Amino acid sequence: MSEIENVSRRRFLAGGVIATGALVLGVRYYPRLLAGKKLPEHTNADRATLHPSVYLGIDSDGTVWIVASRSEMGTTSRTTLPLIVADELDADWKRVKIEQAIGDKRYGDQNTDGSHSIRSFYDAMREAGGTARFMLIQAAAKQWGVPAAECETDLHVVVHRSTNRKAPYGELASAAAKFPVPPKEEVKLKPKSAWRYIGKGEVSYDLEALVTGKAIYGMDARADGMVYASIERPPVLGGKVKSFDDKETLKVAGVRQTVPIDPFKPPPAFQPLGGIAVIADNTWSAFQGRKKLNITWDNGPNETYNSDAYKNELRATSHNPCKVVRNIGDADAVFAKGGKIHEADYYVPLLAHAAMEPLVALAEFKDGKATLWAPTQNPQAVQDIVSKELGIAKEDVICNVTLLGGGFGRKSKPDYVAEAAVLSKKMGKPVKVVWTREDDIKFDYFNAVASMYMKAAVATNGKPTAWLQRSVFPPIPSIFDVNAVYGDPAHLQQGWTDIPYDLPNLRVENGPAKAHVRIGWLRSVANIYHAFGIQCFTDELAHAAGRDPLDYLLDVIGEPRTIDFKGVEYPNYGASMESYPWETGRLRHVTQVVAEKSGWGKRKHGKGTGVGIAAHRSFLTYVAAVVEVEVNDQGEVRIPRVDVALDAGLVVNPEATRAQFEGAAVFGTSVVRSGEITATKGVIDQSNFQDYPVARINEVPAQTNVHIVDSDAPPAGVGEPGVPPFIAALCNAIFAATGKRVRDLPITKLGLS
Amino acid sequence: MIQLKVNGADQSFSGESEMPLLWYLRDILGLTGSKFGCGVGLCGACTVHVNGQATRSCVTAMSDAAGKEVTTIEGLNKNGLHPVQKAWMQINVPQCGYCQVGQIMQAAALLSSKKKPTDHEIDEAMAGNICRCGTYQRIRAAIKAAGGEMA
Repeated sequence: MSEIENVSRRRFLAGGVIATGALVLGVRYYPRLLAGKKLPEHTNADRATLHPSVYLGIDSDGTVWIVASRSEMGTTSRTTLPLIVADELDADWKRVKIEQAIGDKRYGDQNTDGSHSIRSFYDAMREAGGTARFMLIQAAAKQWGVPAAECETDLHVVVHRSTNRKAPYGELASAAAKFPVPPKEEVKLKPKSAWRYIGKGEVSYDLEALVTGKAIYGMDARADGMVYASIERPPVLGGKVKSFDDKETLKVAGVRQTVPIDPFKPPPAFQPLGGIAVIADNTWSAFQGRKKLNITWDNGPNETYNSDAYKNELRATSHNPCKVVRNIGDADAVFAKGGKIHEADYYVPLLAHAAMEPLVALAEFKDGKATLWAPTQNPQAVQDIVSKELGIAKEDVICNVTLLGGGFGRKSKPDYVAEAAVLSKKMGKPVKVVWTREDDIKFDYFNAVASMYMKAAVATNGKPTAWLQRSVFPPIPSIFDVNAVYGDPAHLQQGWTDIPYDLPNLRVENGPAKAHVRIGWLRSVANIYHAFGIQCFTDELAHAAGRDPLDYLLDVIGEPRTIDFKGVEYPNYGASMESYPWETGRLRHVTQVVAEKSGWGKRKHGKGTGVGIAAHRSFLTYVAAVVEVEVNDQGEVRIPRVDVALDAGLVVNPEATRAQFEGAAVFGTSVVRSGEITATKGVIDQSNFQDYPVARINEVPAQTNVHIVDSDAPPAGVGEPGVPPFIAALCNAIFAATGKRVRDLPITKLGLS
Repeated sequence: MIQLKVNGADQSFSGESEMPLLWYLRDILGLTGSKFGCGVGLCGACTVHVNGQATRSCVTAMSDAAGKEVTTIEGLNKNGLHPVQKAWMQINVPQCGYCQVGQIMQAAALLSSKKKPTDHEIDEAMAGNICRCGTYQRIRAAIKAAGGEMA
């Protein structure tokens, strides 16, 4: 039996690919089993004595198997979701064994992106644990001949207090399995006061494996008889091999052969890019053989793409009226009156993910079935693309999910897994495709380049009387539809249509931009540029009015209220507006908390030092950041201290949450210091960490203090929301320290480093 | 034929002498703890010890490893966990964990010569090791904790 709850509109685009944005869940699917019903046994949970849910099984020795159906890339979701199950089950965490699910729609959505693992599966995890607990109590009550209502649970046991009887879970599992799985309504969940793990958290289940080198990532997957592949891909998106010569390649020791891969038919979606694969006995031989290939390319129409000229095009577009996506009052009428008008252009270049584990996948095609081992954020998307590429049924694609050496959104797009599957079918043996770092950077699905035009008319106290903002960026839907040029609601909502200020006249616009590279989701996605534009422009207005930036920010946010999105397409990250309203009071609160914790206005800042503040809601979480910088005469920026306050509703794992916000500050530091991908004649200019540097230990905040606000609101995201306000606060701090306004990222353009 | 010691065991290699040590360890010996991150010595994910020195195995040719003693994460401590690994667990350093083996090998080499490094010395020793998840603050704390333990 399955319960399907429609939580938001599904969006189907060309080719049947579901564009979920980074976040829109589409359908929430809570599968439950009926007692006695036979389902495929993929996991130990399936095979366990008692298995009331696909997520859970209990063996008669008391072992509790919990299935992690979402991918682990460092956010600890593989630990935190099972922890919720264990809490509701009253299970002893030491007796829990976590196993990783394969891609299978019975687990519901498995695309581990959009910072929604806890939010979307909190109820399902509690229900799974609560259902098993209910059945164990029934079994004990029957055994003791007492009413179930008189029984309760303690750690891994059912107890009957008045007769002082106890029965361990393991001993009850077999009897409990004879009871029907109760309907959801009968399962009573624990009150907050009885929670064991929720709100207290736990370190990663894999912690010891991670520090001993025993953890298995995609890069570490092996299969008997496997060969290694490295692929020379068309340097320009949409390019094709005109001719190639592999004579020198075949002379390289360890190289077996070369295999052409067909170019994709537009749109690219998650298809392999095409090119020539070099097959070898080990990774290094494949890399060496590839260097000796001689290929002539037909680059196709994207050969005309130059990122410098493109930047000017975006900016020009943003200087003219564009599509209105939200309007209040009449901003133009106010502008027409003249008075004090402030304008600015903001720009963020293309950004690459550069997860530490380059893309990699192992595939074995045998007897009409494909088995894959991949560090993927989205195993069901792997099933989709591999079934299409190989012409086999989705059920015949078994996608094993390894640990991910970082993901940041890149590993939601399974083009690299499809490559391995295609090659394995052609070779008739297991093939491991290993991307070099250069491949990883050049053939990314980049975070969109964006140009933003900001304009405000201000009153004598500096407060805006009219506000206009236009953003122009190549949209993510362009990977599914070559004609998509406007921002879609799922990405315009990310800090743009939901500008939270109390403004009498507001116009929010978006202009068209054609993509020439693949655009994709990267940690916090469109929030990166939108928060940068709005929060830094706000800081400009504060300084122009001679006002304290904190005081000014609170003033424009205004009094606590719920934003009314009537007439605006606002998907709210796939969540209902009833459960997750946009409450400006919560944004105000985190802003006040971070100001207090950081000692805003109380600490002295000497020459070359300064602090900046910014606040932003993304993935339903409210965050404010204060960043302190020191800039010396050579323009070298140091970041001695960062404070972040967040309201993410109920926080299940505070320790993991703090780690995510510490990491977000580092991720944001890379964006501000050095994040820039450019292209010449359609070819990406950068290749490795020498020209796409990411922040190192001596460049990052020396100390990031994370302040979690207590909240009874339902859980929201924590993986991404730390990035956007940090970036803006850092840039605002640089202004405070130097008088240099960062409008173009990265700061190297201002001569800073 | 190249002779070397890996985690105390004698090994011989008859393949291409230019093959980087990293791929020998990973693909030939199956020691996958050392990671591939950049291939050009810029990220430190592949860090191992060669004669006790922290070394980027992705740019160390097999010919340069000849006659040397190589230690990987698999051989860092014969009995249980190394103090650096213990500190890494105590401070809960890893997120995705992919770079952490290299970080730990680098930190262990640092602490073997300097038990109480200053922040500046930690920066100098660790700046070659990238962590994209951004665990640097905890790496610094864990090095200090491990140093205290080893002193």
